[in-house]
Amino acid sequence: MTEALNNLGKIKKSLSRRNRAERRFRWYGRMAVFIGLAAVMVLFTDIISKGQGAFRITYIELEVTYEQDRIGIQSLTDPEQLATGNWEALYKAALRNEFTEVSGRRDKRKLYGLISSGAGFDLKDRLLANPLLLGATENVWILADDDIDTYYKSWLDGEPYAARMSTKQLQWIDELHAQGKIRLQFNKNLFTRGDSREPEQAGIRGAVMGSLLTLLLTLLLSFPIGVSAAIYLEEFAPRNRWTDFIEVNINNLAAVPSIIFGLLGLAIFINFFHIPRSVPIVGGLVLTLMTLPTIIITSRAAIKSVPPSIREAALGMGASKYQVVLHHVLPLSLPGMLTGAIIGMAQALGESAPLLMIGMVAFIVDIPAGFSDPATVLPVQIFLWADSPERAFIEKTSAAIMVLLSFLIVMNTVAVWLRKRLERRW
Amino acid sequence: MTQAITAEKKKPAKKTTAKAVNSLDVSDHKATVGKNFADNAKMTMRNVNVFYDDKQAIHDVSVDIAKNEVIAMIGPSGCGKSTFLRSLNRMNDTVDICRVEGQICMDGEDLYSPKLDVVELRARVGMVFQKPNPFPKSIYENVAYGPKIHGLADSRVDLDEIVENSLRKAGLWEEVKERLHQAGTGLSGGQQQRLCIARAIAVSPEVILMDEPCSALDPIATAKIEELIEELSQNFTIAIVTHSMQQAARVSHRTAYFHLGRLIEVNPTEQVFTMPEHQLTEAYITGRFG
Repeated sequence: MTEALNNLGKIKKSLSRRNRAERRFRWYGRMAVFIGLAAVMVLFTDIISKGQGAFRITYIELEVTYEQDRIGIQSLTDPEQLATGNWEALYKAALRNEFTEVSGRRDKRKLYGLISSGAGFDLKDRLLANPLLLGATENVWILADDDIDTYYKSWLDGEPYAARMSTKQLQWIDELHAQGKIRLQFNKNLFTRGDSREPEQAGIRGAVMGSLLTLLLTLLLSFPIGVSAAIYLEEFAPRNRWTDFIEVNINNLAAVPSIIFGLLGLAIFINFFHIPRSVPIVGGLVLTLMTLPTIIITSRAAIKSVPPSIREAALGMGASKYQVVLHHVLPLSLPGMLTGAIIGMAQALGESAPLLMIGMVAFIVDIPAGFSDPATVLPVQIFLWADSPERAFIEKTSAAIMVLLSFLIVMNTVAVWLRKRLERRW
Repeated sequence: MTQAITAEKKKPAKKTTAKAVNSLDVSDHKATVGKNFADNAKMTMRNVNVFYDDKQAIHDVSVDIAKNEVIAMIGPSGCGKSTFLRSLNRMNDTVDICRVEGQICMDGEDLYSPKLDVVELRARVGMVFQKPNPFPKSIYENVAYGPKIHGLADSRVDLDEIVENSLRKAGLWEEVKERLHQAGTGLSGGQQQRLCIARAIAVSPEVILMDEPCSALDPIATAKIEELIEELSQNFTIAIVTHSMQQAARVSHRTAYFHLGRLIEVNPTEQVFTMPEHQLTEAYITGRFG
């Protein structure tokens, strides 16, 4: 009896100790979650606060007269004349009309510097879209230079940043602002154009297309190959030293740094098979190599999670091995496989190191239209912009990161949704 | 097993029997006692040995299964009765390390002959497993699966008929006819097991193997399955492994007693449970070990 009482005392004493330990452990967990969430919050706030500016850009309103003589063309249908036309003269003349007091070569250059150097081509596109404008005069909102854009935005925010600008330029902007001839507009260029040396002209369309083409190829190659490999290894391969060897090596491959895959791609696909550099074909092949182990491993896990009783039931009914796989194992493990594939794709989408090795880091202005057009991808575009000296590229970099992150979030959401959707069938 | 026997020894009341059991070490055991052969044999097993790697699980078992009989296989855990049952439709093939020696024939045809396709064999020898394992498909699809893969139905109407008949034979039709296209996994445990039986009989096998079909079920569901086995025995030959001696006594015509991988005794069920020939059988059915 006393022994029982003794034990009860001991249990009670240890109970409070155990409860304390549990409470402590819960706090550790909460702290960990809090730290993780805080890190994500800081990251997102930083990126969004830096990048939001890139979605609006400065335009200046000018009265442009489309004078045939000034452009120096006779016909709007002759491509050669269009190519050699002096389109910049249009906005330069408009600027001179706006600021009639400006004289002297140096001041004029400063004045022309208000407008983006690519603005002439915008005016050309405008004219070509509406040939009736030839000879006419209209008020056009023209893209401002990146320095002006940076200054105007910072000035609106109350912390003017004038770096390379002269006092005259600042004065002109004040005048324009007073007349309501300078304003921020939605930055269409960011989503419709390829890369450019001029920050105000640069867009992510080229990188997005490059990423899409590369990922499409990666998905088309790595999913069927990965799933077939997983099914063979899991369901058909005999268990022996060879399959053990293969299994160990697949796991090793998953841990290989991605830049090594880039080197491999460079050596095999470019140097040996002579596929051109910088194209989505090579990018897709390299990312396939990188994603394969992930897809094989997740697919094998998905196949393993199919209860053996289902296989037994099917085998017991006289289904052949192939039928067991096709009718039962594959449908049941597909949600897991798809999730694995999407996670692999998300990984591939964010990958830049291996693509640097195969030349997808090149400065490419044209938007790729096919698998063999030179292209770059979103993370590499981010790398390139982050590396650029112009201040206006800072917000562009953050904006590109936001786009990349939203792609990743969408992909992961699809993975979760797909999983839920397919699993809910029974 | 040896542990159980030493435990017996400590109890003075049962000393004599314990001694008798002990003196009959199974490794000396040569031949099965009782009537292990039948005149109208459906399946004949001769000198069957089953190995897992180099560990021998079944020693030299020879027995017949007669046409349209229900033979129950009983014995303590780990005695090899399930292993033996699974070698009858070559389910052991899926275990890499498993090796079967000896002769297993059905209607005189060697089941382990390289000429025989295991897919055909399993269509002729159906199996019901310990845990109900319906496919995660609809009730209809579950039953229709076998006929579909073997191409037994010529038309949709044909298939519908097979499904209905099988479900009727399994005594499940009335309960599920309104929800044939709902998930088979949504049924109760007993219903699931009857669904599995319906699925097995949908391909009209000649023999049905049942591996402890009621061990995961409650007594009412068990009673239903036992009733079903009795009905099925009119058309099918059934071999059932069971943990429950009462079940063996209730459903089977003959009972085979396995002990440490050896077939000790086969006799008509009534005889096994009233006057067993072998001391080990007697010790088991009187509950001295198991």
